[in-house]
Amino acid sequence: MNPLASIGATFLAFLAAAGRIVLFAALGLASSVTPPWHVRNIARQFIDIGYYSLPVVGLTAIFTGMVLALQSYTGFSRFEAEGAIAGIVVLSVTRELGPVLAGLMVAGRVGAAMAAEIGTMRVTEQIDALLTLQASPRRYLVAPRLIAATLILPVLVLVADVIGVLGGYLVSIHKLGFNPSAYLASTIDILEPIDVISGLVKAAVFGFLIALTGCYHGWHSRRGAQGVGQATTLAVVSGSILILTFNYIVTEIFFSR
Amino acid sequence: MNQPMIRVRDLRKSFPARRVLDGVSFDVARGEAFVIIGGSGSGKSVTLKCILGLMKPDAGEIMIDGMATRPADAGLMARFGMLFQGGALFDSLAVWENVAFRQIHTGAMTRAHARDSACETLGLVGLGEDVADLLPAELSGGMMKRVALARAISARPDIVFLDEPTTGLDPIMADVINDLIVSVSRRLGITTISITHDMASARKVADRIAMLHDGRLVWQGNAADIDRSGSAHVDQFINGRAEGPISMSVLRP
Repeated sequence: MNPLASIGATFLAFLAAAGRIVLFAALGLASSVTPPWHVRNIARQFIDIGYYSLPVVGLTAIFTGMVLALQSYTGFSRFEAEGAIAGIVVLSVTRELGPVLAGLMVAGRVGAAMAAEIGTMRVTEQIDALLTLQASPRRYLVAPRLIAATLILPVLVLVADVIGVLGGYLVSIHKLGFNPSAYLASTIDILEPIDVISGLVKAAVFGFLIALTGCYHGWHSRRGAQGVGQATTLAVVSGSILILTFNYIVTEIFFSR
Repeated sequence: MNQPMIRVRDLRKSFPARRVLDGVSFDVARGEAFVIIGGSGSGKSVTLKCILGLMKPDAGEIMIDGMATRPADAGLMARFGMLFQGGALFDSLAVWENVAFRQIHTGAMTRAHARDSACETLGLVGLGEDVADLLPAELSGGMMKRVALARAISARPDIVFLDEPTTGLDPIMADVINDLIVSVSRRLGITTISITHDMASARKVADRIAMLHDGRLVWQGNAADIDRSGSAHVDQFINGRAEGPISMSVLRP
């Protein structure tokens, strides 16, 4: 094929895929904000996404906070700026690392599971069965996941923020010899509501993106085990890339002034 | 007036790679058991999905009880039941929730009533209340088909579609399922359209049979007449011969 034609075809395929996912998101969003809602399914998703992600998000957060304190100390001691560690830990965790790492971990755990479950339902005709039983598959499958992920990710990130700061505190106090009350006072002094709020807004956006990519790739899964496997991989990869992209966009919106 | 329950006229459907339906027409009378036979890839499933509204035909007319259909029409879906080839039971729901899914989902019944109704329907397909709380993964192939049949008839639909109802079952269980289809559809006065390549099933279930080949109906008539159809395609198919007008694309040694 002519190289120019090949580039053009790739670009058109990219635009078509982008259009499909935006349309899927719009239809999913419309199903999420209008009744009827499947309360049982939404509750199940809250538990699957929120409760069962707590251990992995908690572990990620505590080690991130601990490493952050240790790395900041070894780096900042060169400039005799060790006093900034409490601020570095709390701002990094609340603004960036809490939402991004929690988002990436949930994308790996939950986005993949959504793609696998919906993909399997697609290839075993369960989605067609929903239609024949007068149920809208978007309302029954997609909307509960979008709603639950968007609402529960901020809660998970709030927990991650607390655990991450605690990790930094533990290392600073017990390993680096900081004064506990001075460390806490420094943490509270530097923290402003916008730092936490921006992280929670990011978390809501990431939750929506994780559920969107998980549902989208499962929904469009091709037949067979290979098709479902590919949908799972695509859900994690595209979910992670979208998280990193929207992380920049939301940061730009909040802190570009 | 004897208006057919289902009227299909000049149904056409193509996919990018090939033409699947090339002008299929037939009528199914109210309460009749109509079976479409044909080899793999002959267009049986696509025909069924077009009538159900799960797939949009390129051309042609489908009338249900004198009314033209639209894809995924919720009003029409209320009159349909469907038994999928693999059962398509919802893995995360118990057997009774699968059977009563439509009643719970549409709010036609409370969960308690829906459970009683599901157990009653399970009784119609020969399953006891003891299976009601099992998950689909805990069922054998035959039980899964029975539960799928129970789900298809649970809302007492006018028309039930059956996609390869005996595929994957041993001959005895297949016969049990065939008997259930006949008895349940007669008792409830349901019109059925089945697609199958299992001739034992077709002979047992059907009032009338049609044979689909290469996207066209090559014969249709009463089930009792199939052995004297006069169609070389039908003769080859029902006798399972490799030689004849139907050629399979396989490499010969």
